Amino acid sequence: MNFFSKLYYLSRKAWKAVGLYLVLAGPGIVVMVADNDAGGITTYAATGAKYGYHLIWFLLILIPVAYYVQEMTVRLGAVTKRGHAEAIFDGFGAFWGWFSLLDLMIVDWLTLVTEFIGMTAALAIFGVPPWLSVVAVIVLMAVIVLHGRYWTFEKLALLFCAFNLIYIPGAFLVHPSVRDVLHQGLIPNFAGGFNGQLFFFLMANIGTTIAPWMLFFQQSAVVDKGMLEKDIPWGRFDTLLGSIVTVVVAVFIVVVTGTVLPGVDIDSAAQAAAELMKTDRYVGAFLAIGLFDAGLLGAICISLASSWAFGEIFGWAHSLNTKIRQAPWFYATYFFMLVTAGLVVLIPHAPLVLITLFVQVIAVTLLPAALVFLILLLNDRTAVGEYCNTPAQNLVGGLIVVSIVVLSTLYGITVMFPNLIQ
Amino acid sequence: MKAFRRLLAKIHDINSRYREPRIEMSGAVRLSLMVLRLYLFALVGLMVYKFVLLVTGR
Repeated sequence: MNFFSKLYYLSRKAWKAVGLYLVLAGPGIVVMVADNDAGGITTYAATGAKYGYHLIWFLLILIPVAYYVQEMTVRLGAVTKRGHAEAIFDGFGAFWGWFSLLDLMIVDWLTLVTEFIGMTAALAIFGVPPWLSVVAVIVLMAVIVLHGRYWTFEKLALLFCAFNLIYIPGAFLVHPSVRDVLHQGLIPNFAGGFNGQLFFFLMANIGTTIAPWMLFFQQSAVVDKGMLEKDIPWGRFDTLLGSIVTVVVAVFIVVVTGTVLPGVDIDSAAQAAAELMKTDRYVGAFLAIGLFDAGLLGAICISLASSWAFGEIFGWAHSLNTKIRQAPWFYATYFFMLVTAGLVVLIPHAPLVLITLFVQVIAVTLLPAALVFLILLLNDRTAVGEYCNTPAQNLVGGLIVVSIVVLSTLYGITVMFPNLIQ
Repeated sequence: MKAFRRLLAKIHDINSRYREPRIEMSGAVRLSLMVLRLYLFALVGLMVYKFVLLVTGR
């Protein structure tokens, strides 16, 4: 009897903790899963097809990297109650503030275009014309944010996050050799030697795991959600769980394409889905559905990151807890970004490949800047008090920033001048 | 036109509100921002160069 009463007590306690987490879960897991956007899915699919399971270990290394970077935004947002754009304006003055805001706007808009490219391509596999996809996506995204409650948006976003897990059953359907996955994937190695192409893939994987808009989104979401200092441990757990989920999903995508499409050059996730359809239509359909979901989740978060940033700086009402009449400019920015990005995809013969290339280059330009600001802000004791970075956190954060500055510079050069590093 | 003037006034207001950085400009902060400037100049310079190459078709 004593055993059962103890078991009952423990299960009640566990359910209570899960219930509390589900209330507080959100910014961390949403931003991390949204990071597996259309561009991310393409990168992972291409990595698996090109290198098989050989780069899985590298993806696993990105879990702590993503966690360390995003955890800082939780502390900064919960303590200062300010979004990232406002924190940069306030901390470093108007010059760096405008630089960050304009850079964010450009890179967000271009990334949004790539999300629409992914979503329209995914639905085209099921025979949906691009114009209908664009209209449907904009209507769906309006429904998601126009409730006038942050909570509703967040829980709907979490639902879409759950769809991102579709790659896990997809990977089991292709029957990979578990022994090969573990043997080739978990032992660090560079298949075929370290060369320019491998470096390009490594950087593309870093670029899809840590993106500038994620810093802006998570900090603003923490503020909009009303998280306080006491919620920071939950925010950390949420971020850690999100970083694990995002990388696990990436690993399963690599397993799918590494098993079914080894050696195939993949230019887009839609192409990978179409190729997979020939082998197993269910797996192909899973990849296409996942690609659409990834694009949708990415598009929601990216548009919100920009709208929040503009609202913070221009002093407009900028909360999802407001109705459209109370925050017209916030919602106007959100829909302006969405509609214009959607229209670009519908332009016949639009240079979509060039746009994707520019997204990568501009994103790497902003990333080191955003990271440097983040670390400096987390060392401002007058603003964050006891939550400022410890020497160990500065060391880890500094190492991440220096590595990313060096690698992203090389990556930028590689993308712009591919013949230089071969 | 009125809306444009209002926007300019708003930008002016933002510039004066955030004229001075609030963070103490210690040696480490100055060095970090200087390195960041150099990095951005180098990368933006490369982007402009690449753009010129694309436009001129070289």
